Amino acid sequence: MSEVIHFLDVLKKRLAQRGSEPTWIAARRQAGAARFEAMGFPTRRDEAWKYTNVRQIAQGHFELAEDADYSSAKAAALTLPIDAYRLTFVDGVFSARLSDMEGLPESVQVMPLSQALEQNHEAVGGPLGRLTGVEFSPFSALNTAFMEEGAVIRLAPGTVVDKPIILQFVSRAGEQPVMSHPRVLIEAAGRSQATVIEHHMGDSDAANFTNLVAEIMLDRGAILTHYKLQEAPLADLHIASIHVEQRRDSRYTSYNLNLGGGLVRNDLVTDLNGQGAEANFYGLFYGQGRQHVDNHTLANHNAPRTFSNENYKGILDDRAHGVFNGKVVVKRDSQKIEGFQSNANLLLSDRAEIDTKPELEIYADDVKCSHGSTTGQLDKEAIYALRTRGIDEQTARGLLTLAFAGEVMEQVDIDAITERVELAVAGKLPERFNLAGLVEIAAAFNEA
Amino acid sequence: MATEEMEQLVRRDYKEGFVTDIESETVPPGLDESTIAFISNKKGEPDWMLQWRLDAYHQWLKMKSPSWAHLDYPPIDYQAISYYSAPKRPEDMPQSLDEVDPKLLETYEKLGIPLHERAALAGVAVDAVFDSVSVTTTFKKELGEAGVIFCSISDAIRDYPELIKQYLGTVVPVADNYFAALNSAVFTDGSFVFVPEGVTCPMELSTYFRINAANTGQFERTLIICESRAQVSYLEGCTAPMRDENQLHAAVVELVALEDAYIKYSTVQNWYPGDENGIGGIYNFVTKRGDCRGDRSRISWTQVETGSAITWKYPSCVLRGKESVGEFYSVAVTNGRQQADTGTKMIHIGEGTRSYIVSKGISAGRSDQSYRGLVKIGPRAKGARNFTQCDSLLIGDTSGAHTFPYQEIGNSTATVEHEATTSKIGEDQLFYCRSRGISEEDAVSMIVNGFCKDVFQELPMEFAVEAEALLNVTLEGAVG
Repeated sequence: MSEVIHFLDVLKKRLAQRGSEPTWIAARRQAGAARFEAMGFPTRRDEAWKYTNVRQIAQGHFELAEDADYSSAKAAALTLPIDAYRLTFVDGVFSARLSDMEGLPESVQVMPLSQALEQNHEAVGGPLGRLTGVEFSPFSALNTAFMEEGAVIRLAPGTVVDKPIILQFVSRAGEQPVMSHPRVLIEAAGRSQATVIEHHMGDSDAANFTNLVAEIMLDRGAILTHYKLQEAPLADLHIASIHVEQRRDSRYTSYNLNLGGGLVRNDLVTDLNGQGAEANFYGLFYGQGRQHVDNHTLANHNAPRTFSNENYKGILDDRAHGVFNGKVVVKRDSQKIEGFQSNANLLLSDRAEIDTKPELEIYADDVKCSHGSTTGQLDKEAIYALRTRGIDEQTARGLLTLAFAGEVMEQVDIDAITERVELAVAGKLPERFNLAGLVEIAAAFNEA
Repeated sequence: MATEEMEQLVRRDYKEGFVTDIESETVPPGLDESTIAFISNKKGEPDWMLQWRLDAYHQWLKMKSPSWAHLDYPPIDYQAISYYSAPKRPEDMPQSLDEVDPKLLETYEKLGIPLHERAALAGVAVDAVFDSVSVTTTFKKELGEAGVIFCSISDAIRDYPELIKQYLGTVVPVADNYFAALNSAVFTDGSFVFVPEGVTCPMELSTYFRINAANTGQFERTLIICESRAQVSYLEGCTAPMRDENQLHAAVVELVALEDAYIKYSTVQNWYPGDENGIGGIYNFVTKRGDCRGDRSRISWTQVETGSAITWKYPSCVLRGKESVGEFYSVAVTNGRQQADTGTKMIHIGEGTRSYIVSKGISAGRSDQSYRGLVKIGPRAKGARNFTQCDSLLIGDTSGAHTFPYQEIGNSTATVEHEATTSKIGEDQLFYCRSRGISEEDAVSMIVNGFCKDVFQELPMEFAVEAEALLNVTLEGAVG
């Protein structure tokens, strides 16, 4: 219980600093704090947390960061080298200096949450907390109690955003570990389209706690591609709850690429509420050292003729521990549903562990649902075959591991992201095998 | 004949059945130490057995009824249950088949159950119809010659205390779970099988043949031990709707297979499922576990579950011995308001262990069914292998089918595969049959039987034939 008290004390201190705020915000904050106090941190006795121990979070004495100081050079080295709009948060604090929104069309609004809250903007009044209630988990309650910073993105009807929007979260190394509770709100109006990249990274010796909540609303025919590139430092603790609401004919595609973080837990939930809505969940998690990566996904088919497709690949080395829990729920009378789910895992070490549970919960009969899950190791004969062709063992293993991730990675169409994954998963590959090298070879071939 | 009609009649029988006469041989409802002492005393048990029961009772008191299953039922009042009643006297039973409900007999007819067996199933005083003693005598003689011990667990506690002390509660520990603890405290009946080294049991064993099997206990305890290179096939239950007086069934089954031993355990369960609101049906909360202790041992569970208002069971295998094998084949059919949460656990501990799971679920009416399974590969289970196939078939748009497969894999040399599908009977399949002059009902029955084929072929011959018939009867009226 003392663990909960520490968090509430930090909250009290912060609220005293902040001064007054609109009543509705204060009321939600209060509800979050009360709910968190009542629930406390989850334990392994809670089914949803059966394989994940959050003691490190509960017992870490995290404070809140006061500033967003970070050198531009360091930020530039970490950021994805692509042409994009950028919002940067350093330990949860917005940095205008490291952000770049130039050229953003008027039909798109992108602003830090703090600004929206300060203006009591209509973008937050209704939507904030509508999808992720404080009941969802102790962490969503905690986030609601602390919410002050994050990103608000609004797309006007029919807008197609020309460049990806990157939300980057930097974790700094420091004496005092800090926590942040970013809140992301995305509202995509009818037939709008955008790509949002959520990128977590930071100093390699940082050990902070991030507790993110994202609420994503897709109106009729909206298309959103959501990348989550997790490259947080290996001692960072990361909890994220992402809730998506999909209206008719909308399409949400998630690429959850998890490379970093010491303890990572993602909850990804979509509500397919309108006919023709489609959700694609692609995931790759790579764990090494003592990393712990837990991915929970849930697709709620609340309307007939909705479609969900999920493919998660796990690669675990050393003493890493992976958890996958995918669930497809088909509500009564939601007929003509297709729901597919696949989780394949590769164990590279004897001390690595994977706990996987692909679930189906179905209350309608005219459905096509399936799930598959496999766990295995690299094919010795395939390694041998590569070795006989003069490829060294390490490269052979790297190539085969990369091939295992292929089914997910070939869906990714941002090369800068593919390269980062490749480097993490397969190590430094010789030029003739890595993506950049292959692109060069292909270019040369086309010229000739 | 409509299913409802049949069920109505079957139900009437059951309502009568739930009335318990308080005679001098019956303890009043309620559970405390004196009830347990009474049971133990009635069974003429030695003191160590009483202590064992009391220990279980004390542990049970500290436990909470589990709530994680995908089931919905009102809390059970354990103090309202009578934990011991003496076997019915012959004069209280129907004296001949003429006194038995004709509709029940019609069901037996459909299932193709032999005449003399029908009487036993309908609860007719057995001696009035056929001489069970002579049948049992020949059969006991044959087993005796082979050295196989097959008797009730109460007899075994008296006659083979050393074996009981050595094995009882070693597979399912006393405090394994809430219902197992309750069973350990109050069990009154069950079977004991011991097959000595190198012996292949000369016949398939079945509770049905056991002399005092007329009253199936509410809290059954079964223990089967196969020594090195021994083999046995055991059949539990039967396909006919069983008369039963107790609503809560909490059985425990323990199997022990030593080196190179093979135990095949087949169950057909068709207890009363309750009325259209699921009221009054049997609660079947069972703990079944096999322990492959010896290297290369093999335990195979096959089950056909069609009855009970609530089925809650996970026949499991602990694969301790090197290269031991666990198998689970299951068909579960739910109709009306039935609920089933069933599956298996395969715990791989030894090197090179293998497990194979095939589960077929069919939900019709307003029933709900879940497959819940665990495959756990321990760090020492090098080269362990599992394959799981679990398919659900939905009939009608008001039923539910769910899959919760847990996989915990802690070894990089293991290979684990899981596949599951959920679908309804394909309209193209139905059309194909209909276009060849097969009636809709027959077509559905063919398709459903085909869906279950992988499991049925694992059943002993006579069971397999009955199981197919049973499936048709259970699903009658579900397809329209």
